[in-house]
Amino acid sequence: MPSQYPIDPSRTDLAHEFMANPMGPHSAALQRIVTRMRDTEAAGRYVLVTRVPYQEWGLAQLSGKRGVDLTMIEDQVFTSIEDAERAVFKLRWELITGVPLALD
Amino acid sequence: MLEKKIAGYSDEISVAPGERIRFMVSCEAGVDRYQADIVRLISGDRQPGGPGYRDELLPTSVSGEYHGRTQETYCGSYAIVPHGPAFAGLADLGLQAAIFPTLPSLRRACVIAKMDVEAGRGFALWTDPAQGLVLQLGDGAGGVQEFALGRPLVAREWYLVSATYDSAVGEVRLHQELLNSYARDESSGAATHTSAATAAVSCEAPLLIAAASRGEARGKPVGEMIFNGRIERPVVASRVLDAGDIEALRHGPVAPNLRSDICAAWDFGQAFETDDIIDISPNRAHGRLVNLPIRAVRGSNWTGDELSFHHAPDQYAAIHFLDDSLYDCEWEPDFELEIPADTPSGLYAARLRSGDQEDHITFVVRPPRELSERADAGDRATASLALLIPTASYMAYGNARGAIEVGNELLANHLTVISPEMRYLNRHPDYGNSMYDDHNDGTGVCYSSRLRPLINIRPTHPWLWQLSADMHIVEWLESQDIAFDVITDEDMHQDGVALLERYSCVMTCSHPEYYSTPMWDALHAFTQRGGRLMYMGGNGFYWRVAYRDDKPGAMEMRRTEDGSRSWASEPGEYYMAFTGEYGGLWWRAGRTPQSLVGNGFIAQGFDHSSYFRRTADSRDPRAAFIFEGVDDEIIGDFGLIGGGAAGLELDSASRAYGTPPHALVVATSEQHTDAYIRVNEDIGHMLLSIGGQDDPGVHADVVFFETPRGGAVFSTGSIGWSSALFHNDHDNNISRITRNVLNRFLDPTPLA
Repeated sequence: MPSQYPIDPSRTDLAHEFMANPMGPHSAALQRIVTRMRDTEAAGRYVLVTRVPYQEWGLAQLSGKRGVDLTMIEDQVFTSIEDAERAVFKLRWELITGVPLALD
Repeated sequence: MLEKKIAGYSDEISVAPGERIRFMVSCEAGVDRYQADIVRLISGDRQPGGPGYRDELLPTSVSGEYHGRTQETYCGSYAIVPHGPAFAGLADLGLQAAIFPTLPSLRRACVIAKMDVEAGRGFALWTDPAQGLVLQLGDGAGGVQEFALGRPLVAREWYLVSATYDSAVGEVRLHQELLNSYARDESSGAATHTSAATAAVSCEAPLLIAAASRGEARGKPVGEMIFNGRIERPVVASRVLDAGDIEALRHGPVAPNLRSDICAAWDFGQAFETDDIIDISPNRAHGRLVNLPIRAVRGSNWTGDELSFHHAPDQYAAIHFLDDSLYDCEWEPDFELEIPADTPSGLYAARLRSGDQEDHITFVVRPPRELSERADAGDRATASLALLIPTASYMAYGNARGAIEVGNELLANHLTVISPEMRYLNRHPDYGNSMYDDHNDGTGVCYSSRLRPLINIRPTHPWLWQLSADMHIVEWLESQDIAFDVITDEDMHQDGVALLERYSCVMTCSHPEYYSTPMWDALHAFTQRGGRLMYMGGNGFYWRVAYRDDKPGAMEMRRTEDGSRSWASEPGEYYMAFTGEYGGLWWRAGRTPQSLVGNGFIAQGFDHSSYFRRTADSRDPRAAFIFEGVDDEIIGDFGLIGGGAAGLELDSASRAYGTPPHALVVATSEQHTDAYIRVNEDIGHMLLSIGGQDDPGVHADVVFFETPRGGAVFSTGSIGWSSALFHNDHDNNISRITRNVLNRFLDPTPLA
């Protein structure tokens, strides 16, 4: 069972904090949200896949099964780990709260 | 996108000049040829800002182009009993065993088989996902007759199962009985069938336990349809067994009235430390195990009164078979090397390259076994310093599958990055698992082997851990222009303290976590006899492991009681089959890391590394040599893993756990993140304040103490230490401190 910690979609201040410093360390309130987001089932878990070592990464989801390859999400390519963290944060924010993350 | 397609392994991990080493390589489609060279490894970390990859070609006969081919791996454990007089002329049949299926619903699995499929002769007893017990008997004409019980088995329960065939009346009886008592049990039952034609039970095929044969390869039957779970006391009889016979045969010796009719009755509660299975019938039809199934596990009759298989072997007369265990890939060698006589000791690799493909089969050239071979070195080894490569820990972590199977995001507090190497490993369940993984049936992996490609134990692996992280130490030693020999855990295990005593100073790598008793004894004796030890990492000397002299390249470990771990051994299974020793944390065997090196594992985290601050102890005149030329209060606020020298796994000093009373804690780390959490064996009640920001216990201590006869120990207390050595072209306080200590430790003047 995934974590039950609720994410309040009105706390865009925490989302701003993440976008400014996606690799952390985070404030306690933000870390609770990040922990909630990272605590998912293995099957479908977002991971980065090396396209060019140390330069370019794609986004994929794990199969959760030994011997079964991950599934690439074709249009998601990043040239920094920070940008990848930001993109996955946005995806998970909407997935968990049901509300798209809108930041000015 | 880069896809990894080439990998290999060697038959030896440490070879002396004049000895031979063979290399086995497998290539996937598209890699028809590859170039192989022997290189001395100098540096491995290719990340931006890191030292990059560097090697030095060793001109040998190996250098050249080779034909790439795919080599098959046959994983999965089972037993082979050769055909013999014991099984000749069978007409009637009685089969029985106690079984504990762990994946009965996965697919049909074979409990015991002696079948010549082409001739349609023999017998095989199966578990079937829908039918439960199934007996196959040859029809003598190239086919089999099949008889099913018709009730599926429940996973992880013991059953007594039996099958008999009476040729006089053509009757087949099947029986499966749950040994636990549950209301509404629908899995127990019996069935009687009539054979359409007289069965041909006798054949000359070998008998297999826990597998059916898919034919011969590499000189032995290859198992398929492997049974996942435990089997206890399998019996083959030449007549129908009744309920009384079956009960009598479950345990203990074969009763006199049954001896004439028993072909074989295997007691798995004997010869635990071997691959042998012992037939206790007068026929002595012994067999051999393949691919390291787990021995010394609880049987159907375990009472819990005894916790060691030594004390009640009859309660440990089961073997746990697994469809994904592996000892030796047994590939054909691609090339072989005799180490030239004048080859300097060092860390080497067979470097394989083909287009964008690359692999490094890493091995050690150890110093000569007989020192007289190197008269120019006098009575000593070829150098005064030995770098101790932690091959036991490499084997424990080899082929760790966690990142791609579950992701390690919560541990790392960052997204998991999957490299081509990890995807390659995931395409190869046949290469076996690390000791951090579960088998397919959920059982923790307690054996490892180096006779297979260990995909992450490579000098350039992007997950900087074990060998790839240890390359930071190799690179630093090269940069310092210091002569050093390279030796391995296995050398120390075999040669004992005599090997270490060749050296003034022994330096460990970044994470020497797994230790056998002979290794621990050797290293401890070295420190007690005037030797100098530099422990350059964290979480060392933590888990106890065992080797077997007759099983080179294999290692056993049990995750008992507690400890920071990914799985736990079953109760009553804390003793290692290889040696009979109590497994688990060395602490639980009365030997703490703190008593050996002054500090021991206290916390781990994997997001951001931190730094050390000097302590009052660092001003003690005894520690002056350590800080010569270092004015900084803050030490190691930089590094190639997490940005600091205090990171990943941390060790702290503790008098209560055995840190010597005169030890100096010369620096202590601080400001660890909440992703750093104290190890569970050091937690009583769980409290909210367990993270690095709240728990002051979450820190690393740099410890120095003198040992008897002029020796000393210096312990860095952190896996991250060595990742800081390269910073600023090696001109930094971590590098300076390390060099200061090394200079002093190479100086023969006694330290105390």
